Amino acid sequence: MAKTKVLLSGNEAIAQGAIQAGCTFYAGYPITPQNELIAYMAKYLPASGAVKGQAARVFIQAESELAAINMVYGASAAGARAMTSSSSPGISLKQEGISYLAGSQLPAVIVNIMRGGPGLGNIAPAQSDYFQATRGGGHGDYHVIVLAPASAQEAYDLTQSGFDLADKYRTPVMILGDGVLGQMMEPVKLSSRKIKTPPVKSWALCGCAGRKPNIAKSFFLREGALEEFNLKLQKNYQIIQQKEQRFEGLFLSDAKVILVAYGTMARIAKSAISQLRNAGKQVGLIRPISLWPFPERAFQIKNNRVKYLVLELSYGQMLQDVRLAVNGRQQVEFLGRSGGGILSQEQIIDKVKKIL
Amino acid sequence: MIERIIIAGSGGQGVMLLGKVLAQTAMLEGKQVTWFPAYGPEVRGGTSHCMVIISDQEIGSPYISQADTLIILNRPSLERFKGKLKKNGILILNSSLAAIDKYAKMQVLSFPFTDIAIKIGNIKVANMAALGCFAAAKKIIKVKNILKVFKSIAPAGNLEILKINQQALEEGQKLNHG
Repeated sequence: MAKTKVLLSGNEAIAQGAIQAGCTFYAGYPITPQNELIAYMAKYLPASGAVKGQAARVFIQAESELAAINMVYGASAAGARAMTSSSSPGISLKQEGISYLAGSQLPAVIVNIMRGGPGLGNIAPAQSDYFQATRGGGHGDYHVIVLAPASAQEAYDLTQSGFDLADKYRTPVMILGDGVLGQMMEPVKLSSRKIKTPPVKSWALCGCAGRKPNIAKSFFLREGALEEFNLKLQKNYQIIQQKEQRFEGLFLSDAKVILVAYGTMARIAKSAISQLRNAGKQVGLIRPISLWPFPERAFQIKNNRVKYLVLELSYGQMLQDVRLAVNGRQQVEFLGRSGGGILSQEQIIDKVKKIL
Repeated sequence: MIERIIIAGSGGQGVMLLGKVLAQTAMLEGKQVTWFPAYGPEVRGGTSHCMVIISDQEIGSPYISQADTLIILNRPSLERFKGKLKKNGILILNSSLAAIDKYAKMQVLSFPFTDIAIKIGNIKVANMAALGCFAAAKKIIKVKNILKVFKSIAPAGNLEILKINQQALEEGQKLNHG
């Protein structure tokens, strides 16, 4: 049975998801813990099935992270479904390019498999790039859509959604995972659908014979031009905030304490919840899947005696978004570890018992 | 049913492969499974390990703090992980390279997997002898399905590799598991 399932690491699942989504250009530079992703793309992307309307599927190991993100800029401007991936320190290096992508309204998928920081940090799993991911990351008034898978299957699925969202809103999309998600292998059900044809991009720079040239730029010197452009971006962000909030809710109807966690942290929270539920404790879960837009809708819970417990592999980053969403209506508690420490089921249970 | 297994040994003993074969077999049998490796510098020697969880329900954390079973292939790994075995858990130990003197509140299955592998003709298959031992002792996965996984991952055209791994698996399975 289960013939269509394959055992893939989160890194490989993201890569396979990108191939299935019709990614035609990947550039990256190695870094642990996302190396399986770049290795998988090197092996499989160029040889995978053709994408309609695209000449080839191209893999490049770039000479640096900066080169990779700027190659993605060029490929995206030319109409490719373009992608890069890295881990925390490498993502910091890419921020200039991400800001330029946002400023030029170019779609791209950027994967960050987070490791410990700040600085070169270590290679252990962490979630401490939440601020960087959800606040834009580079300079200027912009956001990227941030999707946070919690399993290899979801990594495969969300990467495909990521390409669609990037094209739909002409914005960079980030897939944000951590070292556990990247390294862990799980069964993944692969799609048997044909690779779809990417949407026609009338704005792409792909030869302008017979039409007006298109321009990809993020430079607006004429008086008033940048403000006009920024307002256009903001309008786009408002639509994204209205339409693209995603979350998973568990036991929200009767929960007295609601755990809030994403990615790997949410899996550990689920283990804690099942143990607490067995002991008769009314505990629930909100798992944000889109980190930007943050799923504020999930927090419209009327009972003001409900308490939230935010769990992170960082020190109170998503906590700020939860507080903004709750807006003082209910109590918000926090528990977090970072720098390689993984919050255990037992630590969560102890904290919940204190709050209940 | 939930079974949490930590597999540890020296880099090069095939602990990652052992875990992957175990995980693939569980997947083949329709179970939920996670495989989580140590991903530091272990590939160049030192202690290497992976964690495999097999369940019939959704698996939360892939990280194991209390293992139901330890499969330990060398002495440094035994020192590092013996404290992670839950009360009355099973320790499958490679007695060619490690020994345990006093123990309480655990079941020890100690066999010379490395020597068995050498005798068969390839030291590298000690891991599969240990897997055979696990399969027979725990009966969570079926040996015939392990063999199917072997066939699906072995390099094409190299029947010798397939044969010797199967032989090691069967030797491990035949050991006295009490």
